[in-house]
Amino acid sequence: MTGGISRRLYGPRGWAILALFSVAVFVVLPILHLSVPGDSPFHVSSYWVALGGKIMCYAIVAVAMDLIWGYAGILSLGHGLFFALGGYAFGMYLMRQIGSDGQYRQPMPDFMVFLDWKEFPWQWWNSDSFWWCAMLVIVVPGLLAFVFGYFAFRSRVKGVYFSIITQALTFAAMLLFFRNATGFGGNNGFTDFRRILDIPIATPQTRTVLFAVTGATLIGTLLLARWLTTSRFGRVLAAIRDAEQRVMFCGYDTVHYKLFVWTLSAVICGIAGALYVPQVGIINPSEMSPANSIEIAIWVAIGGRGSLVGAILGAGLVNGAKSFFTQTFPEYWLYALGLIFILVTLFLPQGVMGLLNRKKP
Amino acid sequence: MKRRIFIKQLAMSAAVAAIGAGSTGLYAADTIKVGVLHSLSGTMAISETVLKDVTLMAIDEINAKGGVLGKKLEPVVVDPASNWPLFAEKARQLLTQDKVAVTFGCWTSVSRKSVLPVFEELNGLLFYPVQYEGEELSKNVFYTGAAPNQQAIPAVEYLMSKEGGGAKRWVLLGTDYVYPRTTNKILRAFLIKKGVKESDIDEKYTPFGHSDYQTIVADIKKFAAGGKTAVVSTINGDSNVPFYKELGNQGLKATDVPVVAFSVGEEELRGVDTKPLVGHLAAWNYFMSLKNPVNEAWKKEWAAYSKKMKLAGADKPLTNDPMEAAWIGIHMWKQAVEKAKSTDVDKVIAAMAGQTFAAPSGITSMMDPKNHHLHKAVFIGEVQANGQFNVVWKTKGPIKAQPWSPYIAGNDKKKDEPDGKTIITK
Amino acid sequence: MRILLIGLWLFASSALALDAATVGKLGFGDGDEKIAAIAALVAEGDVAALALLQAAANGELQTSGKLVLVVKGDEAVDAATGAKVSPPPADAEEVILNNRIRREIEGAVAALKLISPDRAARLAAAKELTGNADEAMLPLINKALAREADPEVKQLLELTQATLELKTGTKESRIAAVRTLGLSTNPNTKMLLLGILEKSKEGSYAEPDEDIRAEAQKSLRALEGRLAWGERAGVLFTSVSLGSILLLAALGLAITYGLMGVINMAHGELIMVGAYTTYVVQNTFKGQFFDWYLLAAVPASFVVAAAVGMALERLVIRWLYGRPLETLLATWGISLMLIQTVRTIFGAQNVQVENPAFMSGGVEILTGVVMPWSRIVIICFAGAVLIGMWLLLTKTRLGLFVRGVTQNRAMASCVGVPTARVDTWAFGLGCGIAGLAGCALSQIGNVGPDLGQSYIVDSFMVVVLGGVGQLAGTVYAALGLGFANKLLEAWQGAVLAKIAVLVFIIFFIQKRPQGMFALKGRALDA
Repeated sequence: MTGGISRRLYGPRGWAILALFSVAVFVVLPILHLSVPGDSPFHVSSYWVALGGKIMCYAIVAVAMDLIWGYAGILSLGHGLFFALGGYAFGMYLMRQIGSDGQYRQPMPDFMVFLDWKEFPWQWWNSDSFWWCAMLVIVVPGLLAFVFGYFAFRSRVKGVYFSIITQALTFAAMLLFFRNATGFGGNNGFTDFRRILDIPIATPQTRTVLFAVTGATLIGTLLLARWLTTSRFGRVLAAIRDAEQRVMFCGYDTVHYKLFVWTLSAVICGIAGALYVPQVGIINPSEMSPANSIEIAIWVAIGGRGSLVGAILGAGLVNGAKSFFTQTFPEYWLYALGLIFILVTLFLPQGVMGLLNRKKP
Repeated sequence: MKRRIFIKQLAMSAAVAAIGAGSTGLYAADTIKVGVLHSLSGTMAISETVLKDVTLMAIDEINAKGGVLGKKLEPVVVDPASNWPLFAEKARQLLTQDKVAVTFGCWTSVSRKSVLPVFEELNGLLFYPVQYEGEELSKNVFYTGAAPNQQAIPAVEYLMSKEGGGAKRWVLLGTDYVYPRTTNKILRAFLIKKGVKESDIDEKYTPFGHSDYQTIVADIKKFAAGGKTAVVSTINGDSNVPFYKELGNQGLKATDVPVVAFSVGEEELRGVDTKPLVGHLAAWNYFMSLKNPVNEAWKKEWAAYSKKMKLAGADKPLTNDPMEAAWIGIHMWKQAVEKAKSTDVDKVIAAMAGQTFAAPSGITSMMDPKNHHLHKAVFIGEVQANGQFNVVWKTKGPIKAQPWSPYIAGNDKKKDEPDGKTIITK
Repeated sequence: MRILLIGLWLFASSALALDAATVGKLGFGDGDEKIAAIAALVAEGDVAALALLQAAANGELQTSGKLVLVVKGDEAVDAATGAKVSPPPADAEEVILNNRIRREIEGAVAALKLISPDRAARLAAAKELTGNADEAMLPLINKALAREADPEVKQLLELTQATLELKTGTKESRIAAVRTLGLSTNPNTKMLLLGILEKSKEGSYAEPDEDIRAEAQKSLRALEGRLAWGERAGVLFTSVSLGSILLLAALGLAITYGLMGVINMAHGELIMVGAYTTYVVQNTFKGQFFDWYLLAAVPASFVVAAAVGMALERLVIRWLYGRPLETLLATWGISLMLIQTVRTIFGAQNVQVENPAFMSGGVEILTGVVMPWSRIVIICFAGAVLIGMWLLLTKTRLGLFVRGVTQNRAMASCVGVPTARVDTWAFGLGCGIAGLAGCALSQIGNVGPDLGQSYIVDSFMVVVLGGVGQLAGTVYAALGLGFANKLLEAWQGAVLAKIAVLVFIIFFIQKRPQGMFALKGRALDA
């Protein structure tokens, strides 16, 4: 049975690459970061660990986006919202973990002190519990996605209209979170984290663990998505993407299928957000900006939709390029990025994976 | 077969790129690297690009005079693109990859707060040149911009005085984030202490990028009917232009309701028709129109540099307060390094105490021996039709900064120097 | 102010020369001395004093050595004697004024102008004094009223007289004053009337006389009614203004999306291109024809934005028809490049676009309720663009082709419509309108590389709400959103208003997925 599933998911080459990746993440990097001395050319600095973790979080989001876009044909331009919500949910826990070590030396987060609040707002209830916040990471994006998706799919909102209202959703949420009165730190967001589970956050060990957990989540997400898309469920999804009316006439309730994959995608984004925040050290409402969500779609488009590995590749390439260009050509990097988007859309409609697959004899 | 080759090529180029990215400074071993962390794209580019330029000009000037400790300064310029997480990432890159000795950067409080943990963890050194809300004091940062008691409070005192118009009612108008919120909190406590009633204070906030000020200006007019009113504006960035245009269009003159702004300088007025704004005020520690030999020389140097580097706006070179603060900061750092005879961060921090420098604002600027802030003089300027400011009032001499404002509860227990605590506790 | 009026009351006979000591104090003295000098100048009460004070207000006053000079351009004149000083001394320094002194000068000029033979000057002076009056001015105002024949000026003076009578007159004159005040439209008057009705903590009234209190109540109610109308008019105007801006921004997008199904994420950047074109045109128009630059800027921004749009269409978008989501991504890349291009050419800072004279200031319909000319012009402009578009679409051949291709592309092609060329022209048209929007926006907001980003979300909301294929939908959606935004803003503040509007749009689309005015077609979506 397991042999059958594993064969269905990936061929031997695929499993080999996955194994290689796991070794790199769980074995090689920890050694290079923790054991190799700092001045050796093989030492991997905290900069690379943090950057790698961040890119892996983005890769998880890209897989989630690919699930709904590449496989179900739903283009969401507001997926950054779910990512940010997961980040904020976990961020609340991290802010509580600062304890009294903030600038004002009070048991409340700094932004509440300068706003003169004496007690926590309602959404912060029980936020000093790790498991409660972990649950919020899953429930909040999931619930929002479920409600929104239910109404949208039931009314058969599709295509461009759907994309635009997801933009409206994330934009409205961003405006809401920018208000200091909403209770999430306004434009300052959450920052200055000290601890997770009472373990200091800025140590190489914690960083490596976070990196490894992110890597594990990425692998898990990939396998889950792969399992889903190669199953019968995945076939129906692909059919919905290609000809929804006909699927409906065949008797399937497309709303259920779309809603399920939409909510799953949102939950995965939320988890990615929760992993992102401790590695980057700050979350603020600009993560919900429409531009961020459009970029998520760009990663998938460049990597190749309809291919999960392509999504990961796209996220890695674009973010790697961004980090590279803002360093080497700080005055001109926007040109390079814009040009890449245009060229890929024009000449590589299947993304980079399409290019790689085309080389098959 | 072909695919394998292609993948190999891809991997090779990625590796080369990574090595290239990581080794951006291996070539010159006898320079001192200096990080420049300002947004060159995105919403903050408008304000921060000139800071990058003036820092580079200072580095050129220092190198022309022989560098520091016999070594030339090598700037490492990165673009965090007005993206706060990217600020933290670039800061970490500057400290761990490029191994810079000092960084000059940041503008918004968010960007500073996002890089602060990085600098404290890696024991780096940051010079922050912009006026801000105080309530912070880190061992690894030197604040060359104004704290509220060096900008906001003197401005309000001026407006209350007879010379300033004797304002009795106050509208505190700001963008909704920490700097205006904290500044208004301090001002409210200050006004109430001076006997102003709560009903005579109106606090309003608008979101970033807000551009439709019709309703707000109408509200200000209504509020002003109840007595001589002054508006204290902590509106940030782009929103200032539509606000001033609306004021001009609705006929709200400075002689009736003066508006004093803390984030509007010569650079922000560049894009505005200033004729309807004549008489509105700004409070800074430096104005381009100040007449003294140091300022004249500095302005000339900047004009020549702009022309030489073909900077945008070189046809009308402007200098402003944050530029002056950046200029003072980098020169004081150089002096501190020479005094400490090393670029080691802890030694330089110790040597910075008490540093002085002849500033373009006409005073001898001094870095406080303990609290990492500059002593600054305060100038109140009125907008003129040509976009410059007329200084109508100034303090008798430099004022010491109070980063922990006495008007916020609990601050009396704070020390006037950094804790020296690093981020790893417990 | 008091010192001022005592001075004016002593209306001295005219002298050709002004007192040198007074002029000297105006040039060299500190704040209080300057104010005393201004009062003394008013006492001299002649044309020379008026001219001198006006010169001071214009920043033409300078000092050199011991002399106080009035410098206009290259000519310097001694302020006290009127004699020419040439050549103008090189070391002349400007006399610095602050708000307080400027206020005094304005009051002084107004007072001197009250008796001027020029009606416009008297009107301006009367308006000036309605806010600034002082009890000591009462005799002067009575005197001016006695000689005043013009009804408008008279009404303003009567109002000011009533305001002052209230504090000082007899019971009859005060009741009359309260009645007069009830006719005013000035919100300051409301504070005055409220002051009469104020109750102290013990329960006793500030105004002991009952009759006066009753009159004050009546007047207050009348005044409040009038002010409420003014506010309603104000809200109406701001809504229409916001709606007109949304309309201009969204109209181009409605055409490109409605016609070709192209989601143009670079639409905001085309607005920015129009705004920057206006800036460039403004720079070439320096000099005496400056005010007319707007007339040249309008067609220029249209043409430039349309050209950029057509270039984009030919180079990039043409290959992406039928794939709306890909065009979204490609145009996003284009927008990044456009922003960076503008940033490289013009710099990251905002650029200055000055309003021509006819766009500055406003029309005052009630005291305190001002409709700025710039917004009125933009409303009319938006209307003109709308009518132009409608004419183009309904009366021209190109419009016919555009409508045909929108409704059924395949059929139109079969009938012989050159669809590819129509696409290019239509895209150019949509982008040109975006350029016009940019031209309009440059007058009321700032012009910088990020201008487009702030309008793209709003434009999309309008298009989605209004439905595609019909202009009416866009108009109603734009106006509706403008109203909704402003009404909510008055109630809850700007941010919550915007959020509420967005949430409303989300719900609305659930109910009517194709927008308000959807094209009814038979085609099944594939």
